[in-house]
Amino acid sequence: MFSLPYVTQQFINAIILGSIYALVAIGLSMVYGILRLINFAHGDILMIGAYTGLFLLTIYKAPFAVVLIVPMVVGGLIGVIVERVAYRPLRKAPEVALLITSLAVSMFIENLAIMVLSPRPRRFLIPSFLSRSHFYGAINFRNIDVLIVLLTIILVIVLTMFVKKTKVGIAMRATAESINTSYLMGINVNNIIMLTFAIGSLLAGVAGMMFASKYGRIEPFMGFLPGLKAFVASVIGGIGSLPGAVVGGYILGFAEIFFVGFLPPQLSGYRDGFVFLLLIIVLLIKPSGIFGQAEKREV
Amino acid sequence: MLRLENVEVYYGVIRALKGITLEVKKGEIVSLIGANGAGKTTTLRTISGLLFPKRGNIYYNGKNITNIPPYERVGMGIAHSPEGREIFTGLTVYENLILGAYLRNNRSEIDSDMKWIFSLFPRLYERLNKPAGTLSGGEQQMLAIGRALMAKPKLLMLDEPSLGLAPILVEELFEVIESINKKGTTILLVEQNANMALSISKRAYVLETGTIKIEGDAKELQENEEVKRAYLGA
Repeated sequence: MFSLPYVTQQFINAIILGSIYALVAIGLSMVYGILRLINFAHGDILMIGAYTGLFLLTIYKAPFAVVLIVPMVVGGLIGVIVERVAYRPLRKAPEVALLITSLAVSMFIENLAIMVLSPRPRRFLIPSFLSRSHFYGAINFRNIDVLIVLLTIILVIVLTMFVKKTKVGIAMRATAESINTSYLMGINVNNIIMLTFAIGSLLAGVAGMMFASKYGRIEPFMGFLPGLKAFVASVIGGIGSLPGAVVGGYILGFAEIFFVGFLPPQLSGYRDGFVFLLLIIVLLIKPSGIFGQAEKREV
Repeated sequence: MLRLENVEVYYGVIRALKGITLEVKKGEIVSLIGANGAGKTTTLRTISGLLFPKRGNIYYNGKNITNIPPYERVGMGIAHSPEGREIFTGLTVYENLILGAYLRNNRSEIDSDMKWIFSLFPRLYERLNKPAGTLSGGEQQMLAIGRALMAKPKLLMLDEPSLGLAPILVEELFEVIESINKKGTTILLVEQNANMALSISKRAYVLETGTIKIEGDAKELQENEEVKRAYLGA
């Protein structure tokens, strides 16, 4: 069958891909938790993060630490602006209006990127010390891969601590349960929503950098598919749940890599189709996902 | 302390409050009684800022707060323990209480208030790190009141605190409400249990379909034939 090194290699690939999905899924899931909005524009923040990184690398020759941090900040900022301009005016509107608006925002950002940045794909070259490979027999991975996984783990731990332990983190969870009751606690709900967008978009920004570093190629529509897949990941984990988004991200990473790695090569082209088949299956068997609770709606 | 003047509140096109004028003075316990749908809960939600009146004004300590957002009203000392408890079921008892003190920063004062709440409701201390959703109905009610007290309110609004509680607990609860009031907190109480409410109140308002039907001294209302017949089941 398959050799141990081969299986190990697939494992490593799955963890890398899963890390990126997890980071994107967290933002999507947190926003859904509070606003019941599936933010279709979330994937486009990933694209913005990647382009920001590209310009820092090529034009400003910035050190890689800067190239990691600035796209986070830019991503977070764009997320906050989108919330303020597009979603906040719809706070009292039906949820479906919000959903359609997020589609419009996504198209707006993508087309703006085509106009401003040109639709032409660009090469994304990372500094040589990051693209250096390590070989252990038939197994290999690059420094950037290690960085992706470590950074994801650190960000998830920091975020979990924040949400669990700090007063503002508790307020975020409270707001996800009930906006009205949160008001009665003296919580400025708009600020909490803004913060949620900032955090989620910040993670999407850095995920964009990771995605670009891994694949070496970026273009204005690059965020669309990862955004959709992050949605699948958060549904698998239970949309609205932070650990759910992380677990869902890794499950999706594993499913996708294993599908390509262990099934006949002719099927590889159906990789994305398989992901959405997985979504359909989860929705049929356990629509609330692994960590999700059955919906208690406020009216 | 609190004054509503001709407050009208709409749910869409339905006029839920048809011009309410009422007053709560510092240090009082004031009750709102009335049948379901009379507008008691709507009144409290309007005072805390979850609903905004279409007409009329709300004054708090002389300041017009009609258009101030709810979270700022909490900072001014208005706390609301809402109908149906509305505790955060996914959060622990401790987290619920901490959120009650969301706008306060003095750590030692918060701790001492939390100790005071545990002395009022020892059950909460026993369940401190349990998810609030696992509490019994009575415990959840204690948590909702405790959480509102954590805001260190000057005006505490309680919406149906006795709902669903065993009679013995109701007695205890009303004793606690009286003791909170004696410590200097003004209380606006909405109750189905009109008898109990009137017995601890100084004054009361009887609501009927969005208007104030009768108002006056609580003791007098307890003797009022109309109130007796309609609300006290005598």
